[in-house]
Amino acid sequence: MNLWLILSVNSITLGGLLFLLSAGFSLIFGLMRIPNLTHGSFFMLGAYFGVSLVLWFHLDFWLAALIAAFLVAALGGVIERFVLRRLAGAEQAQVLVTLGLSFMIADLCLMEWSGDPISIDAPSALRGATPFFGIAFSTYRLAIIFIALVIAAGLWALLDRTRLGAMIRAGVDDPQMARVCGIRVAHLFTVVFCLGAGLAGFAGMIGAPILSVYPGLDADMLPLALVVVILGGTGSLLGSLLGSFVIGFLYNFGQALLPELAYFVLFLPMVLILVMRPQGLFGRRTL
Amino acid sequence: MKRAAQGLALLALATVPLWAGGSFYVNIMSQVLISAIFAAALDVLVGYAGLISLGHAGLFGVAAYGAAIALGAGIGHFGAIAIALVAALVVTAIFAVLALRTTGIGFIMITLALGQILWGLAYRWIDLTNGDNGLSAASRPAPFGLSLASADSFYFATLILFCIAIAAIAIFTRSPFGASLRGTRDQPRRMTALGYDVWAIRFFACLFSGFWSGVAGILFFYYNQFVSPHALALSASAEVLLMVIAGGSGTLLGPIVGAALVVAMKNVASAYIERWNFTLGAIFVLIVLFMPEGLVPGTARLLRRGSIALRRGAAPAENPR
Amino acid sequence: MTALELQGLAKAFGGLQVTRSIDLRVEPGERRLIIGQNGAGKTTLFNLIMGEIRPDRGTMVLFGTDITTTPPRRRAHLGLARTYQIITLFPKDTLLHNVALSLLALSPLRWNPWLRFERHEPLQQQAREALAAVGLGHLAERPLAQTSYGERRRVEIAMALAQKPRLLLLDEPFAGLSIDERRDVQALLFAIPRDVTMVMIEHDMDVALDLADRISLMHFGEMVVDGTRSEVVAHRRTKEIYLGE
Repeated sequence: MNLWLILSVNSITLGGLLFLLSAGFSLIFGLMRIPNLTHGSFFMLGAYFGVSLVLWFHLDFWLAALIAAFLVAALGGVIERFVLRRLAGAEQAQVLVTLGLSFMIADLCLMEWSGDPISIDAPSALRGATPFFGIAFSTYRLAIIFIALVIAAGLWALLDRTRLGAMIRAGVDDPQMARVCGIRVAHLFTVVFCLGAGLAGFAGMIGAPILSVYPGLDADMLPLALVVVILGGTGSLLGSLLGSFVIGFLYNFGQALLPELAYFVLFLPMVLILVMRPQGLFGRRTL
Repeated sequence: MKRAAQGLALLALATVPLWAGGSFYVNIMSQVLISAIFAAALDVLVGYAGLISLGHAGLFGVAAYGAAIALGAGIGHFGAIAIALVAALVVTAIFAVLALRTTGIGFIMITLALGQILWGLAYRWIDLTNGDNGLSAASRPAPFGLSLASADSFYFATLILFCIAIAAIAIFTRSPFGASLRGTRDQPRRMTALGYDVWAIRFFACLFSGFWSGVAGILFFYYNQFVSPHALALSASAEVLLMVIAGGSGTLLGPIVGAALVVAMKNVASAYIERWNFTLGAIFVLIVLFMPEGLVPGTARLLRRGSIALRRGAAPAENPR
Repeated sequence: MTALELQGLAKAFGGLQVTRSIDLRVEPGERRLIIGQNGAGKTTLFNLIMGEIRPDRGTMVLFGTDITTTPPRRRAHLGLARTYQIITLFPKDTLLHNVALSLLALSPLRWNPWLRFERHEPLQQQAREALAAVGLGHLAERPLAQTSYGERRRVEIAMALAQKPRLLLLDEPFAGLSIDERRDVQALLFAIPRDVTMVMIEHDMDVALDLADRISLMHFGEMVVDGTRSEVVAHRRTKEIYLGE
């Protein structure tokens, strides 16, 4: 029983990280129709940056996470502004360039940080366990869940309550109409891309105590983000949230119960959803 | 002009063992040809059907593992190859039925997921696939009693299959079916209105593509005499897709050039350039920025511009504008 | 046997009733003109007949065959062809290839994966003839992207006629054409033999009225007036709709 509960909390934690990762991807794809295959690299880069800031420069964990997020967001902005903006609508070119960039980033990381996995401890305040009804849950994992929910609420407020959010929602629903209404779609794209990249980078850093950082982290995380977005529907925050938790559970329980069929358990629902309901559970537009 | 170039290329390929400079390089050429078959097979979908697959390494891998598992079960080489091809076709058919429910990004995502499922099976179904340790082949097949054990002999076998594959794909894409396939890429709604069965056309194109991907997978298995889950990883699917797009999708030469580029970078340049992965990625980005249609069409475009400029320069009095 | 019979055809998109209980009878060989203001539902009607959208209610019968639930890809094989308001041809290909694709659609040859399509003389020759019939024979090898708008409109018609349809739907064939081009297309359409029944949507009254045997006026998804040219011109509702109430 305890095992299930701990597994569940771990699943929700993973779900929280996945949400931070895939919310960005979902917005980028929902708004800009760009399949950003560099997104896994953003996650990994954020982790490497953050971990380095803590281990080499002895910065505070959370400060490092914010700086890492900012750095990745800046990189995202540069990529969007100077590379992706020229490729609107050219699907094959977008795939080629985002994959090419992920190769470059992955190799640079390998060069800078070598091939050994780097692990890092949770911030000292959150180490150890919190007892809950007699079971000791990892405090840090609970903290991640909390942070993910806070950010989810923040994103929801952004999308629902601010002008920027209204513009983003308009752009997701109907980009041409949004342009006609005077929304500076090009600027919006850059902002959203930076936001998505920054979220991914932040997620990478705060996930580092659990997942650690290693070459190949990008390729491990990207498919999960894609599955979440498919399941939840592109452009939908609620979809990303629910999808993340579903995937978190499928991943952890799949690994634990059916290790041989773990990937089956993970990807089959995605395939089925795509086959039966191409716009995902909550998506607004068909893929 | 084109025929002469093709003839020269064929001659060069046929004499590789003479000028390549040792079995290391002959082996690299084998790898180039195997990747070229795989890339050309994928191009049938990407370039001619307009369907981008990010899971094709799964089909490649199913054939490789099919041969490996059959061999391990005691079946002879030719039986193993037959089983591998059948397995590739069956899995391709399943892929196609699921993936053809959507197009565009949906197709990319479903094929990615299906590829990952197969990778996961190869990785985790240890009883069948030996997991991460992979499966090996004790020997290579000996068609008509000729041994393929040496680098040279295996290269020639690969070259023959490469020629057959490229010829088959060329004939296929220039056929009436190929014309209808391209039509579904450009105007699927119109094609339906004209009376074409767009789904069926795409389905058969998938089968054709899966078959030749399987051939490449079998060659790959016998080349290495080994297969591991890495052959089905997302990176493998991404790599072959990049070969197609970078070389120029929708052309016959494009995937071949793309394959040569990637294999050369991986095997040869890696000896000289330490960060060859980075360089490869940078090359891809540059291709997108300057020749988004791919290396082969892009170069053709530049050559045309160059020859027009030359002609203008040579006869300035003709067009006094 | 009528060429086309629609009964009670209706279609709504969400809350918007685009087509309301349309009844239409077109006799074989007839030239029927469908007019109406923008948004009246004319193109939707064509989309329904072609099968691109499924009706909510009603039936469609083509030369005695009920096609209400026939998949769209089968309808061309039953003798139905269409030209489009927005040109959706194959821009990367030559005019010849465009028309050849149209011919290939109804031929068993389309499943052949080994012949060389460009060299298949019978089909290519037929395509050349179809292009010549619309006065574009000399441009057969020209890529579509390098042709004028008027020429593309004629390619559309060539593609539709190449399939030797029994019922031809023309969606604003004169849209965007110059006066000369309009004259050419009009002559083309006049020359189509009576074994092809034609239903045409048009706004340009001058050219279209000459062609039409009967006219149907659509308004907000309903067929409100139906009759010969003089009947429609004289009808009270026509005046209301076109000149304001």
